[in-house]
Amino acid sequence: MTTVARTPEPDYLHAQTNRKGIGAWIFSTDHKRIGILYLVSMLVFFIAAVTFGVLMRLEMLTPGKTIMQPQTYNTFFTLHGIMMIFLFIIPGLPAVFGNFLLPLMIGAKDVFFPRLNLFSWWLFITGGLLALVSLFLPGGPADTGWTFYVPYSIRTTTNVIPALMAAFILGFSSILTGLNFITTIHRMRAPGMDWFKMPLFIWSLYSTAWIQILATPIIGITLLLVTIERLFGVGIFDPTLGGDPVLYQHLFWIYSHPAVYIVILPGLGVVSEILPVFARRTIFGYKVIAYSSLSIAFIGSLVWAHHMFTVGMSNTGMFIFSLLTFLVSIPSAIKVFNWIATLYKGSIKIEVPFLFVLAFIFQFSIGGLTGLMLGVLSVNIHVQDTYFVVGHFHYVMFGGTGFGLFAAMHYWFPKIFGRMYKNVPAFVGWLLMTIGLNLLYFPFLIMGYMGMPRRYYDYLPQFQTYHVISTVGSWVLVLGIIIIFVNLILSLKKGAKAPMNPWGGKTLEWTVASPPPVENFHEIPIVEKGPYDYSEYEIKPEIAK
Amino acid sequence: MSQPEEQHTQHSISYGRYILIWLGLLAFTGITVTLAGIDLGRWVIITSLVIASVKSLLVLNIFMHLKFEDKMFKIFALVAVATLTIFITLTFFDYAFY
Repeated sequence: MTTVARTPEPDYLHAQTNRKGIGAWIFSTDHKRIGILYLVSMLVFFIAAVTFGVLMRLEMLTPGKTIMQPQTYNTFFTLHGIMMIFLFIIPGLPAVFGNFLLPLMIGAKDVFFPRLNLFSWWLFITGGLLALVSLFLPGGPADTGWTFYVPYSIRTTTNVIPALMAAFILGFSSILTGLNFITTIHRMRAPGMDWFKMPLFIWSLYSTAWIQILATPIIGITLLLVTIERLFGVGIFDPTLGGDPVLYQHLFWIYSHPAVYIVILPGLGVVSEILPVFARRTIFGYKVIAYSSLSIAFIGSLVWAHHMFTVGMSNTGMFIFSLLTFLVSIPSAIKVFNWIATLYKGSIKIEVPFLFVLAFIFQFSIGGLTGLMLGVLSVNIHVQDTYFVVGHFHYVMFGGTGFGLFAAMHYWFPKIFGRMYKNVPAFVGWLLMTIGLNLLYFPFLIMGYMGMPRRYYDYLPQFQTYHVISTVGSWVLVLGIIIIFVNLILSLKKGAKAPMNPWGGKTLEWTVASPPPVENFHEIPIVEKGPYDYSEYEIKPEIAK
Repeated sequence: MSQPEEQHTQHSISYGRYILIWLGLLAFTGITVTLAGIDLGRWVIITSLVIASVKSLLVLNIFMHLKFEDKMFKIFALVAVATLTIFITLTFFDYAFY
């Protein structure tokens, strides 16, 4: 992309600081160290949430009791949801890879507010710990599901307030990260990097950050109102006190649907980043992909009430929200078509990050298309609150963003840790994860369509075959995840030293050493070309003739 | 893109003016509470939202000094207000059509 003077200074992993040991990490304002802090803490929550998920699947292996009591099952799906959503997948890509890569990719030495960045991580940890503490306080863990729907969340005797406060604090962490990213992107781009020379991952982070800032305060005030209602009996949402439970659902989904886009947009950015590198091809429709990120952020913020088609909304409201839901599929489809067009006539090099991206596109398409089915009012009423919704959601969240996260981990691992990983176990891990995920979630779509309700502890015998296939799928998926983690962890120490640019990427992070030096760039680079210029690999028209 | 640090000047607003604005905000709160007890039909929402908007504008402009800031900050604040307006309007597609 440009020439950069590299420095002999130590990399960020071995930098000398005033503090020693863990203090050099948890008090560091270096965006790269903060990215690693998020990665480690987030993976701990991920492993815990996966464990809850696998145990839930095991319980569903047979009708009636298999391994746990109904109340434990309620608690498990609540914890699985809260941890996966608030502690793993929402902060996931922006907080880990956004923090690590944003300054590197735009040619800056750090984010605009480094101390605020560290504070965001501390808020994240505080929120996470509060969620954990709520498990062990008298009253027992919350059993409301991650949606905290009223009036049940006002009446249950479990520890709803600590769980609400945890989500509230995590929201603040998210807002501050978004604020930091927007300011950094506006103020710290390297000379020559105009808006349309920015990598598409940065466009996706920018769009995500706007949602974080604009939508998160609404969930904050909503959770606070539930707390006030629980503590002081003020009638806001509880109908017996004159409140309106549907208003809660509006307020909850005004945040929580855009939150789905907070989750998926960076995943889409990762795909746009990785695909041209391994297709050795300039990305097709750069500007349209960039604009589609903004469109998804905007339209995606206006579709929330499609979660509420069966709660008794007005017909006008249902019509408008159904229409808006269809509209959001347009920019999403634009991305998918542009990715496919990028692959066309590419000089494709198959590596593990690329395979994760291919699986992402396939699974995200299933998630997206089932989303369109859910946007149709008549179908929605049929499958509302069934496994069909759960299947759709997991195809987008895990099949999409989850795989995007694993793609990002394999793509940027050499840059972040300066080591290469072994390809064969990574490939086996990818294969098992892909097979496992589809075995796990595709039966959800079928049995949901047949009427299997979500969150039910027990079920009719006709659903058992699907549950068995799904549970076996969860084992295959987990085996894949274990192989991937073991491979990456072993590679941290034993992997071959990574070169500066192992994949042939054209963005700025590949112009610095692996791992990057503390200050990223000795001299701020001057950007002259776009981020995906693979013209040297493309067949010239005169040669083709 | 890195720009030189902007010169931040202190904008002095007199204590008297702050107190005046504060009293104005209290008065608006009083009006909102009073209106809640009067049956204005559909107008009750509109009047409450207008009063809340005026109060927000006062806080943003005077107490948060948005009045003295760059155009960029004003645009950002406007985006936030516009988003909230759209959220509220869309919510009323549910509540206003019974």
